[in-house]
Amino acid sequence: MAEIHLQGVSKVFDRTVAVDDVELHIDDGEFMVLLGPSGCGKTTLLRLLAGLEYPNRGRVRIGDTDVTDLPPRRRDLAMVFQSYAVFPHLRVYDNIAFGLRMRKLDRAGMRQRVERAAALVELGELLDRYPSQLSGGQRQRVAVARAIVMEPAVLLMDEPLSNLDALLRLTFRAQLKELVAELKTTTIYVTHDQVEALSLGDRIAVMDRGRIVQCDTPGRVYSEPASRFVGAFIGNPPMNFLTGQVHGNGGRTTVTVAGHALEVAGTPDGERDGEVLVGIRAENIRIEVEPFPDALQARTRVVEPLGSHLLITADIGEQPIKVSAPADFPAHPNRSLWLGFDPAKVRVFGPG
Amino acid sequence: MASATAVTGKGDTRRRLGWAPYALLAPSLVYLALFFALPMVNAFGLAFQGDAGGYSLEPVRRMLGDERFGDALTTTLLLVVIIVPIQFAVAMGMALVVNARLKGTDLWLYVFALPLGISELAAGIVWFSVFTEQGWLNSLLTQLGVLDRPFIFLDYQRPVLLILTIVVAEAWRATSIIMVILVAGLQGIPRDYLEAADVFGATAWQRVRHVILPLLKPSIRVALILRTILAFQVFATVIALAGSTTNVLAGEAYRWYSTLRDARVAAAYATLILVLSVVSTVLFLLLLPTEEDRPA
Amino acid sequence: MTAAEQARVEPGPMARPGRNPAARRRRQVRALTYAAAVLLSLFVLVPIYLITVTAFTPREVSYEFPKPFIPGTVSAETVRFFAGSTGVLAALWRSVVVAALTLVLSTLLGAPAGYALARYAFRGKSAYRLLILSTRAFPIVILSIPLAVTFITWGIYDTTYSVALMHTGLALPFTILITSSIFVSVPRELEEAARTLGCTPLGAFVKVVLPLALPGLAAAAIFTFVLSWNEVFAAVILTLRQRTLPALVLAALNTSPLPFRFAAAWFMLAPSLVVIFVIRRYLLGLWGRVAR
Repeated sequence: MAEIHLQGVSKVFDRTVAVDDVELHIDDGEFMVLLGPSGCGKTTLLRLLAGLEYPNRGRVRIGDTDVTDLPPRRRDLAMVFQSYAVFPHLRVYDNIAFGLRMRKLDRAGMRQRVERAAALVELGELLDRYPSQLSGGQRQRVAVARAIVMEPAVLLMDEPLSNLDALLRLTFRAQLKELVAELKTTTIYVTHDQVEALSLGDRIAVMDRGRIVQCDTPGRVYSEPASRFVGAFIGNPPMNFLTGQVHGNGGRTTVTVAGHALEVAGTPDGERDGEVLVGIRAENIRIEVEPFPDALQARTRVVEPLGSHLLITADIGEQPIKVSAPADFPAHPNRSLWLGFDPAKVRVFGPG
Repeated sequence: MASATAVTGKGDTRRRLGWAPYALLAPSLVYLALFFALPMVNAFGLAFQGDAGGYSLEPVRRMLGDERFGDALTTTLLLVVIIVPIQFAVAMGMALVVNARLKGTDLWLYVFALPLGISELAAGIVWFSVFTEQGWLNSLLTQLGVLDRPFIFLDYQRPVLLILTIVVAEAWRATSIIMVILVAGLQGIPRDYLEAADVFGATAWQRVRHVILPLLKPSIRVALILRTILAFQVFATVIALAGSTTNVLAGEAYRWYSTLRDARVAAAYATLILVLSVVSTVLFLLLLPTEEDRPA
Repeated sequence: MTAAEQARVEPGPMARPGRNPAARRRRQVRALTYAAAVLLSLFVLVPIYLITVTAFTPREVSYEFPKPFIPGTVSAETVRFFAGSTGVLAALWRSVVVAALTLVLSTLLGAPAGYALARYAFRGKSAYRLLILSTRAFPIVILSIPLAVTFITWGIYDTTYSVALMHTGLALPFTILITSSIFVSVPRELEEAARTLGCTPLGAFVKVVLPLALPGLAAAAIFTFVLSWNEVFAAVILTLRQRTLPALVLAALNTSPLPFRFAAAWFMLAPSLVVIFVIRRYLLGLWGRVAR
């Protein structure tokens, strides 16, 4: 259990800047998720924390120690790899005990800790098997047990669920959350799956091209994205973005989209007069078949019944928009629709 | 950024040093320099060295003027030109058999690969025992009634026949080298391509011609280059089957070195073999361009 | 009948086994493939059988005509005659020594280089790789003659060490490429995991990579042994009195009696039968992957 501090960390490979001047503070016991598309630098950042790469600039502190120049084995951390990296030539027991053996723990103490860790991930019966005799899900649990048995100050996880099938992923996600909460270890978790990030993290650091563009609680990252990138990346379906105009008007600022004025809570950032991007999520749009005051007219293009609700793709003028509607909403392609945006949920961004 | 001290992480220094790979490579490089590069340079030196030291074309002239030279050159070239295509066809057959994954593929692979571990000398003697006048082939043919008297296959007065026996022996011995490379190449062809061809109506032969062969081109090229270079060095097989009546380049190099005690002419022969190897490699690279050679 | 009922009653051409032209063709191809497999196998095996017969029948059989395809008497006389001939046992031993030395030396020099190629990205990597690949294009012939001259100057001509040195040079590119592909097949993440669990980089290599790479490395080592065991040209150029087995046999070939030759061939041949069987699973990796 320790807090982590990354200060001005940069990493360059050949000519590519993988991590660009990153500043991050993680509290003791916090579950921090690094989220972003492939190539955004999240895995590199994790490896910098692990000591598998060394930064070109910046310092890394774990607890009170500056670990920037230390190799992985001196950093009091443990890591779960995306491919699990379970040693094929060792039994499950020896896999889990590997790190403890390196520390030259006594036989009895080792056995106790291994069995406890195995029990936590429900591997108690499989200790004598070889990895080749295990399923993917079981191997993943070996990787987790191997890490938690070390009782590290910091736990690092590199997309540990991405190689599992969809059903397992769901189950494991919940089990993982429970396990980590029980252990209370500071955890850094890398993923490209925004659902995982929202469900697991105490805070999410969204990364794009080597930089952290927003670091906030899941709730705020979802409803108050700091940029178009974050809004589009988080949420399924992604946030809708419409071009609009902002007018300064004495004390009040108005935003118009397709000729209609919108009420917007809070001041938009950017130019006083000019083009802006208006962001609104599919589920925050009021949808009717008859016009209502201040409604925007749209034309239905595609109707996707998703069981619990409908996902309607419509056009406001030339601009596409996705709207969630109740499952029994009378939607038909080419029908006219009237839409209203919940002013509390509208976000305005500078253009582009 | 709060930090006032200019911070360059260990990553910088570590990357600059990065000496580990070079340290690991160094011994091999030194060894190769000593036992590959140096001898090669010396070979050229020897081949062009005069009696009194110093540069001279004397060894080359002696080589070219030797009565056996023409024979050695033509025989070697003939052998290469005949052996390589035959071996290639047989190896391709073997490779396709292995790739067909019939019952007992392990067994077929083992059998086909057996000759990999057999030296050319042993192979030559084995086929000598087959082709010699009182050998197995004659035994079979007379017992079957095809021949009344044993036929002299290894007849030094019929060089064509001798060459054919050498071709057979070499084909037997060295086909596995090509086969293994082709099998590895075949296994690298994704099944999807073949299945797609099947779905679009291709027969087995069409699949081979239009899907397998083109995708196999890199392996084919490597196999051809390697086998051709090895073929230029044919040596012990010839001696085992034909004694000293048939001459090949490597055999002449040996003769000049040990019997005639002239290392320089031997080196000249060796240089000629090298030149032929390089030329043929370049030819293959030009005639069989693969995807990687085309400019991006 | 409606179309649906009709479809249910009438099985299509694919459903009738044996009547389907495509299935028939497939079976024909299969039969042909089996036939080819058998023929090719006979081509490889029969000569080996024949030389074994010659080696394990009494001496007279070497001169006998017609030769007995099924041997009448089985006897180790020919083989014993060969083994007892002057210098044969010593040459046999020398071949073993040279091959062993080659194995050790080429592994010691080649495996680290292979590891470097497998794990590191560094400047000059592709140049080094190309260099190694191109050494395969160089004939032994051109190396052994000048080396013979050099060894004479160094005073180590006509020794087992000199032959081993030459053979190592031959085997080294091969070893480097093989070990490189073997190390590549051990995922880098395994080493990294070991390093996060308390191992030094060397420790991770010894505890994780080596156990997994060992079978492949052993196969490569065995193959190097066979390479050296079979090598004729360099051996016969570099030795005079301290001949290895192939060199001895070649030098004496045309003046030696038939039983001698045949037994010699069998002796040179026999180890490979066992060796190829032992390493058959690695053969494709060894030879196939070396080709780029």
